[in-house]
Amino acid sequence: MGNIMAIFDKEMRSYFGSPIAYVMAGVFLLFSGFVFRNQLLEFHDMAVYLKLAEREEKILLNVNTEVVTPFFEFQTFIWMIVIPMLTMRLYAEEKRGGTYELLMTSPITSAQILIGKFLACYVLYLLIEAMAFGYIGVLSMHAQLDWGPIFSGALAVVLIGATFISVGILASSLTENQIIAAVLSFFFLILLWIIDWAARFASDIFFVILRFLSLIEHTRDMIHGVVDTHDVVFFLSAAAFFLFLTHTVLESRRWRA
Amino acid sequence: MIEVERLTKRYGAFTAVDDISFQVGKGEIVGFLGPNGAGKTTAMRVLTCFLPATEGTARIAGYDIFDNPLEVKKRIGYLPELPPLYRDMRVRTYLEFIAKIKGVATKESRRRIDEVIAQCGLVDRTEQLIGHLSKGYRQRVGLAQAILHDPEVIIMDEPTSGLDPNQIIEVRQLIRELAQKRTVILSTHILPEVEMTCNRVIIIHEGKIVAVDTPENLTAHTRDTTRFFVRISGDVDIAAKAIATIEGVSDVTHVNNGLHVHWPAKADLSAAVSARIVELGMGLVEMKREAMSLEEIFHALTIHEEEV
Repeated sequence: MGNIMAIFDKEMRSYFGSPIAYVMAGVFLLFSGFVFRNQLLEFHDMAVYLKLAEREEKILLNVNTEVVTPFFEFQTFIWMIVIPMLTMRLYAEEKRGGTYELLMTSPITSAQILIGKFLACYVLYLLIEAMAFGYIGVLSMHAQLDWGPIFSGALAVVLIGATFISVGILASSLTENQIIAAVLSFFFLILLWIIDWAARFASDIFFVILRFLSLIEHTRDMIHGVVDTHDVVFFLSAAAFFLFLTHTVLESRRWRA
Repeated sequence: MIEVERLTKRYGAFTAVDDISFQVGKGEIVGFLGPNGAGKTTAMRVLTCFLPATEGTARIAGYDIFDNPLEVKKRIGYLPELPPLYRDMRVRTYLEFIAKIKGVATKESRRRIDEVIAQCGLVDRTEQLIGHLSKGYRQRVGLAQAILHDPEVIIMDEPTSGLDPNQIIEVRQLIRELAQKRTVILSTHILPEVEMTCNRVIIIHEGKIVAVDTPENLTAHTRDTTRFFVRISGDVDIAAKAIATIEGVSDVTHVNNGLHVHWPAKADLSAAVSARIVELGMGLVEMKREAMSLEEIFHALTIHEEEV
């Protein structure tokens, strides 16, 4: 536990001691704020239009589905770009700088190093995400929100972050070049994102498999307010699977040829 | 303290370390000597549990490097050729991190950090960013890192490479101080370094151990000819010709302001040589026996190895 905390501390210091944490938080909050604002203006226009039209029948206009849901959907998309930049340095930088040799010759296991690094990145992710929830906080002061779908959307964000980060860490452990690590994670994440497009043209069993592997498919229900345990289990096991792969990659160096 | 048994490390078809065995006793300073690419770094990486051995094994303080890597790592301080530093950390922060991952008890860690900072001459650099330090100071931080947890064994890969002459003297001094109560293995391709710091030399060439001995003995063993340096007042060329005619002298060569006279180790021709010079009516200014330098021995040993 002490060893995990030592690595966690070091990574946190590195994120906040350099511009990385601030730049990435800035980029994310700017883009997600932009989307939030656009959705809100659109919602406003629709509300004004409906009022002017003075129609007899009631049309339901819901701030949750018009503003909050697209906000969540777009967030996961921005994270696909931001997370590889947060994870790319975790192992690649250590390998390039020679400090990987220091870690591996210290009395600390590769699992402890991995967990420490994962937690540092994950906590940073949750901090940035918490700031983005400020937008919803402001909205709640002026609108009647349905909190159920917001909590389930938050759960989706918490879960998908763990999966994204574990994919990024795996990519970083494969190379000592940070650019390559980032490109590999983009590739994996986008592939997992759009894999269900291929499902449309696949038949039977492949249709089921491809749909199942798609990340977008598993977030959809949760963002709309339906928490299905099989989606929760999917994200948790995906994160565990990629971390396990990373651990295997790191330990394989110690296998006897 | 360190027992290495038939250690072999292959990268695919390339054999970096080929069936080496040796032992190092407590308190010894042993130098790995060899040209670049001889397998010194690979051997050290295997001993520090960074790389697995292909065959064979080693025990450090009784613990097997393959079966008990964590116990071995607790007892080893390692300074790789490139000091493993985080450039964006301050010296003290870096050492605090090292203390944690090396398992120094929290109560002890502050005292230990102050100790190594003083020992490595870093007192006025503790708040500087490592990236802003000069190469000599970075090497000191690297050393501080290696000794922080008070390890029984210190392994250093080319500890003086890339330093200026003054820094080299300081680092060697530091190594000798550290070695007083520890076992040290260091590697180098600079020969005077082992002569100055080590009790024992292991010469490695193309992954194999070519020779193991004390620096002095190595000099003696490989010397099958005696060499004298002779300085005279008078015409050096005439003297050289005259000395070359003495029975038993195998070679006379001109060196800077004098002559090198060689003859087989068994004979003693010093009297004959000095007599001949006096006969010529010249003054004998200086005459001394010279040991062959490690450079020459090393050259002889590795050339010999290639011929076999």
